[in-house]
Amino acid sequence: MIKGAIIGLGKMGLSHAAIVGAHPDVELKAICDTSSLVLDAFKKFSAVKTYNDYKYLIANEALDFVLIATPTRFHYPMVKYALEKGLHVFCEKPFSLNTHEGEELVSIANSKWLVNQVGYHNHFIGTFRELKRLIQTGVLGELVHFSGEAYGPVVTKEKGGTWRSVPEEGGGCLFDYASHVLNLIQEIIGRPVKVSGSQLKSIYSKGVEDAVYGTLTLENGLSGLLSVNWSDETYRKMSTSITVLGKNGKIICDATEIKIFLKEAAPKEGLEKGWTIKYITDFAIPVNFYLRGEEYSAQIDHFIECIKSKKQTSYNSFEQGLYTDKVIEMIIADYKKQ
Amino acid sequence: MDKVLFGDNQFFAVNHASDEKARAQSIRFKEDTAIIKVIDQAIDLGINTFMCTTHDRIGNLCDHMRSNPSRYKDFNIYPCMPYAHKYANAVTELGIMGTIKQYVPGNIFGTFAKGGFAFLSKDFISMMELLIDAEMKMFKGIKTPVIFIQNVLVDMILGLKMYEVLKEYDQYIRKKYHAEPGYITMNMPALLDALNSIGIENPIICSSINKIGFRMSGGIEIYEKYLNEKQFRPIAMQVLAAGALRPKEAIEYLGKFPRIESVLFGASSKGHIQETKELIEQYL
Repeated sequence: MIKGAIIGLGKMGLSHAAIVGAHPDVELKAICDTSSLVLDAFKKFSAVKTYNDYKYLIANEALDFVLIATPTRFHYPMVKYALEKGLHVFCEKPFSLNTHEGEELVSIANSKWLVNQVGYHNHFIGTFRELKRLIQTGVLGELVHFSGEAYGPVVTKEKGGTWRSVPEEGGGCLFDYASHVLNLIQEIIGRPVKVSGSQLKSIYSKGVEDAVYGTLTLENGLSGLLSVNWSDETYRKMSTSITVLGKNGKIICDATEIKIFLKEAAPKEGLEKGWTIKYITDFAIPVNFYLRGEEYSAQIDHFIECIKSKKQTSYNSFEQGLYTDKVIEMIIADYKKQ
Repeated sequence: MDKVLFGDNQFFAVNHASDEKARAQSIRFKEDTAIIKVIDQAIDLGINTFMCTTHDRIGNLCDHMRSNPSRYKDFNIYPCMPYAHKYANAVTELGIMGTIKQYVPGNIFGTFAKGGFAFLSKDFISMMELLIDAEMKMFKGIKTPVIFIQNVLVDMILGLKMYEVLKEYDQYIRKKYHAEPGYITMNMPALLDALNSIGIENPIICSSINKIGFRMSGGIEIYEKYLNEKQFRPIAMQVLAAGALRPKEAIEYLGKFPRIESVLFGASSKGHIQETKELIEQYL
């Protein structure tokens, strides 16, 4: 059995704890949080050990990995400590608030050959994988433009709150919603190397942005748009989509469907001229335990598989997560410059 | 339970295959009268059970039912709680403590209220009971013979192995509401094992059951094995696998498992409701 612990039991931490707890090859040994409410609930209802100090947890438990789902500002000290103790680390997104710190973590993880993964779960959604595959086949012809979007109803009223309203702690829409979209663009279409026209707009929040808009230019020269807003009540839940336009057509992809329009048929791919719509039912990654979406379990399955087979992750390495942090830094710098 | 349970996803922009279709539904069902019209059509076709989340708008539907008692005298609602996105968005914004403060009724820090005591003493079971009561308030005076907890909560508790919470829920629903507790899950075999392990026998479990194994965690084989061999009261949902299956082949497949008691489905047009209902009655 692979032995693990979870540090930080907010929404994502609890969800990870359930998925890790249900994994047939993993024993969830301990959890760590500062909320006595959470710790007492675990003490009362579960057999998992509870800690309020992560160093003490790591010192007292024989572990293979830790999963870190604390507010972003704690990622650096916690990930570093765990890596130095020789543990494999799964870290929630965004990876780091400061790319110098992020680089240090990447180099420690790589030098010690520890499995390292960041929680950009969209890469474990079958439709986005299919989008990447289709782009690589070249069915769209020469690429012309892309857009990456995410909308949802997180902050829909004016009121302050938790660390999420503090910009220095990574609380806004840029680090939260937009990081997912930037990471998808980076891994599916290409790494952004230049940003321009960046807009960080506060709608209801005080101190942090609720929407992010701007232009991204990728390493291959292709440019496109970013449009993200977490104060949009017209969406029931977070809805993320990528649109890619080429000379031979267009693909619109989200977590539930992939819509392909081709000017010329692509017989090798079984795609006709005109529209083809494919659904997640064809692409969902099978999982043994389901909570909120296959992708959350699939990413943990992948992490555990990498630990078991002693290989590095092919999805969401620290280095890939760090690159997204660098793009976030570029967007902030571009916005401040204006 | 009736063989045919009418669901509510179509009314609240839930579509597992298409966000675009979901948006079209949310435009069509903007007014409560549009929802009531479809429910009335279902009733006229002989459907007597509506299974719905504890969405705020269901409260308006309940008001309508209370003011027309003769029209709805044989009608049952199976509430499914909680409406999870309400809480999930609140947790992202307010944290776990902030969410509890927002949704546990009354002033949680008022030491003389039940909520205040429960919170200060970290009496989780009392807090759960208060949240159930808050969600159930809208159904006052309406028949709710089965009360479900939603899959996101059931499966979270299942993964955390906090089975005792399910036992407390089970007892509270029976005692306070004189209703049968039900469980919605995406992990049916694991949930049945867990419920049996804490002495809950023959539970009502609503889970995805479809010919292509969509959202049947652990694989279709173990689901079929449990449907054939284990003692429980299965309700099939997602029978069309988010639209991947045609109704006839989908319902015909369910007919292979005599233990399936009911099928949950949602539809917006009279024609679809009638077609699906007739298929269920033919094959189940």
